[in-house]
Amino acid sequence: MTANTTTLGTAATAKSRVMPLLMAALLGVVIIGVSGFAHMEVVHNAGHDYRHSMAFPCH
Amino acid sequence: MSIFRNVVFVAAISGLLAGLVMTAMQVYATVPLILEAETFEGAGGGHHHGEAAAAGEAAPAEGEEAWGPADGIERNSYTALVSIVTGIGFALVLVAASEFAGGIANWRHGLIWGFAGFGVFTLAPGLGLPPELPAMPAADLVARQVWWIGTVIATAAGLALIAFRSSALFAVLGVALIVAPHIIGAPQPETHESPVPADLHHRFVVAVTVVNLIFWLVLGAAAGAVRSRFLGESGAQTSLA
Repeated sequence: MTANTTTLGTAATAKSRVMPLLMAALLGVVIIGVSGFAHMEVVHNAGHDYRHSMAFPCH
Repeated sequence: MSIFRNVVFVAAISGLLAGLVMTAMQVYATVPLILEAETFEGAGGGHHHGEAAAAGEAAPAEGEEAWGPADGIERNSYTALVSIVTGIGFALVLVAASEFAGGIANWRHGLIWGFAGFGVFTLAPGLGLPPELPAMPAADLVARQVWWIGTVIATAAGLALIAFRSSALFAVLGVALIVAPHIIGAPQPETHESPVPADLHHRFVVAVTVVNLIFWLVLGAAAGAVRSRFLGESGAQTSLA
């Protein structure tokens, strides 16, 4: 939490860390969205058992 | 500059590992119950998938059958693929979020982050929308997805306020955020009457909850272990950027 905490990028300033971290999180959200929530039938069928096993809302 | 790359690196390795563990647990614990429940499809509506045809709410039947993997190895292969890809997706969110709070220091610290992920992504949405089996009645898909996503965001925000803000006011606000989705209530089907036996559903709820707990603990611990090793290898410096 403090300035000298070990992080994956302490050399960077706090401000310049925000964007790449947000981009990484966004990438993760997009991946989860497609595989877990997309209504495309083909994606749904491929990930059907996984969606049920993760308790994602399904069909 | 390379923070993004480093986060992706840590997330890819930990997500791959957790996804593989998730796959094994599914094949052993949840998929058999899903297959058993599918034998009740047709008796009480619901949807079919795979070779059976696709007539779910998501895409009303139009006489066209969408592609689906054949039962057996092909179907499990796609489950593995989706598990690993989504595992990396969850890892990206977990690692990125934890970096805002100083990063996951080691595997033990990762277990705590894993518990948080389990609470946010499994426990909280699962209270209002318990894990469902094929052939079970359910409310409108989009309404459930909206509630699910809203609950995840509110729970994550609530936990963050409690964990990373020292004032009591924020703690109260955090608890309120966690409780709010359950006061609003998840969309429920008109009737809970189901062709799926209650015993089968109960076993499924337990299996999904435990499987997800282990998934998140493995993911958190792996992220912490990979990250600390990654930082350690970069020499005396504790940073990779």
